[in-house]
Amino acid sequence: MAFGPFLLLALMEGLVTSATLALAAAGLSLVFGVMRVVNVAHGEFYMLGAVLAWAVAALVPGPPALAFLAALVVAPLLVGALAAAADGLILKRLNYDPEATIVATIGLLYMIQQATLSLYGPNANPVQAPFDWRIQLPWFGYSGYKLFVILAAGLVLLALWAFMTRTKAGLIMRATQVDRTTARAFGINVDRVYMGTFALGAGLAALAGVLIVPIQQAHYLMGGDPLLLSFIVVIIGGLGSLRGTLIAALVIGLSDGVISMFFTPTLAKILATLLVAMVLVFRPHGLFGAKA
Amino acid sequence: MKKLDSSGALTPHDNQGPTRGRNSGESDMTSLLHPTRRGLLLAGGAGLLTAALPGHVAAQGAPIKIGFQLHRTGIGAAYGRWYERTAQAALKAINDGGGIAGRPVELLFEDDATDPKRGAEVVDKLTQSDGCDVVMGTLFSHVVMGSAPRAGELKVPYLVCSEGYHVASGALNRWTLQPGITDVRSQIQAMAPWVSANLGKKVAMVFPDYAFGYDHRDFFTAAIAAQGGEVVAQIAIPPTETTFTRYFPQIPAGTEVIYHVMVGPAVLTFVKELGEFYGSGAKPQLFGFIDSLEAVDTATPGLEFLEGSHFWEAHPRVKPADAGEHEAAYRAAVGVDDNGASVSDPADVATYSHMFSTWETLFFLKQAMEAAGYTGPADRQKLVEAMEAIGDMPYGIERPQGAKVFNGKTHQVFGTQNISQIQGGKLVRVHQTSMADGAYDDAVDYTTMAF
Amino acid sequence: MTGGGVTGGGVKVWVLHLALLAVLFSAQFWLSPYHATNLVRIMVLAVFAMGYNLAFGYTGLLSLGHALLLAAGMYAAGLPAQLWGWSAGPAFIAGVAGGGLMAAAVGLLALRTAGVSFMIVTLMFAQAGFLTLLYFAPITGGDDGFALANASRRIFGFDLSADTPRFLAAFVIFALGLLASLALVRSPFGRSMVAMRENEERSRMLGYNPFMVKLAALACSGLYAGAAGAAYALLFGYAGASFATIQYSILPMLYVLLGGAGTTLGPFLGALVMFALIEAASGLTSAYFFLVGAALVALVLFAPKGILGTIRERWVRWLP
Repeated sequence: MAFGPFLLLALMEGLVTSATLALAAAGLSLVFGVMRVVNVAHGEFYMLGAVLAWAVAALVPGPPALAFLAALVVAPLLVGALAAAADGLILKRLNYDPEATIVATIGLLYMIQQATLSLYGPNANPVQAPFDWRIQLPWFGYSGYKLFVILAAGLVLLALWAFMTRTKAGLIMRATQVDRTTARAFGINVDRVYMGTFALGAGLAALAGVLIVPIQQAHYLMGGDPLLLSFIVVIIGGLGSLRGTLIAALVIGLSDGVISMFFTPTLAKILATLLVAMVLVFRPHGLFGAKA
Repeated sequence: MKKLDSSGALTPHDNQGPTRGRNSGESDMTSLLHPTRRGLLLAGGAGLLTAALPGHVAAQGAPIKIGFQLHRTGIGAAYGRWYERTAQAALKAINDGGGIAGRPVELLFEDDATDPKRGAEVVDKLTQSDGCDVVMGTLFSHVVMGSAPRAGELKVPYLVCSEGYHVASGALNRWTLQPGITDVRSQIQAMAPWVSANLGKKVAMVFPDYAFGYDHRDFFTAAIAAQGGEVVAQIAIPPTETTFTRYFPQIPAGTEVIYHVMVGPAVLTFVKELGEFYGSGAKPQLFGFIDSLEAVDTATPGLEFLEGSHFWEAHPRVKPADAGEHEAAYRAAVGVDDNGASVSDPADVATYSHMFSTWETLFFLKQAMEAAGYTGPADRQKLVEAMEAIGDMPYGIERPQGAKVFNGKTHQVFGTQNISQIQGGKLVRVHQTSMADGAYDDAVDYTTMAF
Repeated sequence: MTGGGVTGGGVKVWVLHLALLAVLFSAQFWLSPYHATNLVRIMVLAVFAMGYNLAFGYTGLLSLGHALLLAAGMYAAGLPAQLWGWSAGPAFIAGVAGGGLMAAAVGLLALRTAGVSFMIVTLMFAQAGFLTLLYFAPITGGDDGFALANASRRIFGFDLSADTPRFLAAFVIFALGLLASLALVRSPFGRSMVAMRENEERSRMLGYNPFMVKLAALACSGLYAGAAGAAYALLFGYAGASFATIQYSILPMLYVLLGGAGTTLGPFLGALVMFALIEAASGLTSAYFFLVGAALVALVLFAPKGILGTIRERWVRWLP
């Protein structure tokens, strides 16, 4: 394949990776930003979204699009409720101590993973995309649904941005993020804000899982990879900065796509990983984060 | 008998028995009280089997204990549960046929989490704590590599069902054998002549960037060169990858055949994306190892692209019209229908080209124990020598995949392979190799090594 | 986090540690071979966890990349043994050095960051290390790894693949590691490590160079991780890339938190209890990782300072 089309494909794939990253990282960034909590189980919420999409598809008759729409509603709600329960039962009692929450969410990760293995099984199951549309370019074909994922990621981030800046709930969350004590003094129920934030973050992860499962498969171990990448995106983007998260997702996704053109795949992965680590070493607060 | 029925995939404890399941062939109360369709079929299959086996007398005496190192959790779990089902079925068949040398047989399953460190601990536990006579069962080759040294130290026979080339390459020890499945080197070599004669001579290979993939890369490249063909690209995919489209432009124009072998949960994505990439336009022939699609229904939406492509299969998943006389009884005993799926759940597709190895390993063990006059752990060395002395093994219910030759020097078994084509969404066998196609020179003589 | 207890106690402290070592030494005579071998594994894992404890428990460096240090020790010992036939003694020393050097190299870069960023940077270095092991598969054996030849597993004429020499070797490594860590945390340097954890700014004003203290602590941690990796390769005859995966970065953290971060005996106790828990739980259910997860949550809720941390806080103030 000539260089031009090759680059085009690499960029398209990079954009899809960016969209995946941005979707998976948005919820983590929110939780990180507002609560200062490192949620190691974030990837499992994403996995639960994908698995629930599969379950909904198995239960809802009719065209795949209908089941997909149902999953877009059901999965985030269920996962959000689970996260709210985890917050009330565990995280709140830990007083959101950073180290204790890391350990607790590692415990949560094991529990969710094993419960999924027991209930859902070890197989990777496909979920049909809501529509079957393929683009044929002169040099190669491309999945229409992948382009839809890019669009959906943009919409989700836009909606989240609007929620945070244009609604009262968003204002309260931002106030809590800036200063928990003052927020409490102004009569904000910080406990409820935290529970809501944690549930919203988990719901976003589940939404990402539903959107992405048609181009991957639902598998009980699928949460590990997005977790790692979302962490990277969130840190590089700067704590709690939605704009930073988006830009970091674009930078990482596209550079991953383009680097893989020039090196053997595993070497490209090594270089990309080290590159991101170096960014962090020399910009410890991320590209867009405020200096702490 | 563990209850294998799975009416709905989200039933709690579906297919998850107690980790340390002990089973000497007797039915447990639940399945007696609620006989499932599958249970009845199993019983029927066992009837056929017992009729086929000589010496149908009740086994007596202290049981022979066989430890089974199982991938119940971790990345190998999809294979693990079918390994467990097949081994359970073989166990029942052996016990119904009078056990081993008249003694009943027990299988003790222990999860290794598909991890080499835990694998070595499991060998320890099964041997030293549970008092097993031998240990068997492992599939993933890094678990084999991690566990074999411990088996060698404990001087316990360790029979792997892995298809890796690690046994015959000489990397392991005198106590490790692979008597149930042909290794990947032999499989590949047997395929190459057919690929080059029927599909094309310019081959691009796509394989995972780790040891299993390198076996394919090295042995296929050599084998196709011997046929006058050529590998035009070797594309190694990193194991952490979940999307593949970006690698497809590396497939050169003029490629006649894409040879693909992927494992793990992302394989479906790989095939789908390959389909999207080439679409309806001109495309190379596809030849894959069924490892890419084990436990996956070939009629899954999105896999239409595979129509007409070819796969290596060790044991044809869809029962061929000219299948051997024991095929039906084997399927009934394990609980697999003619399409290679569970009889209780057509969506639950077997790892059919690998799981027979546990069945054949158990019968191999029976043959060797009876030949050695095995009475207990003190006879373990005699048992290994008896295994090394086994050579030709004819087709029979003991070897439903086909006749085998065991090479005592390399501790590796050799058999025939199959090539199937996807026709109408189903795998149809189009070619069977001969034993000679997969023969290669010995790289090691374990019989000269100390115990 | 725990405070105090670093210097008090005097004689009682040494008696306690030597008594534990005496019990462990005698265990080879009264444990079954199976349990004795498991104790060898626990002692090796405990050495790894003791190293983690120096970085995390005492110095406050929350690393998620210690698998890299473990693997560095494992391959620095295993590869010379495999490629050039080194015997166990030199191979072990190479392993310890490998772990320490890797930790120093990682520290030079990663210690420019702190907190969550430090966690992520160490995680990414470990991931790059894991992929590097795969990339150089022709030498490292990739994910399959390699089995060490028995000829390399000999020291002073003893065969480390036999039960008694293996137990003694593991015991010696563990005992030296334990006593060294006790001496270290009770030394002035140990107090400067704790000062980093408690208040880095104040310690800077007191004249410490925080970067150098943390770098030295991380390098010590690496020596322990390297020793554990080398010991595993030589005592159990296998080296593989799976030891460089994130799972092996989380394990020592669990051991330390369970046993009690910032306690000298916590890592061993944590490794022992966790090993026993998995052993017992795997007999009850296939979803034993669920129990492990539940145990972690319960632990952090009801005994956040770990077993020994809680005991120290409530009853035995002098516990180091």
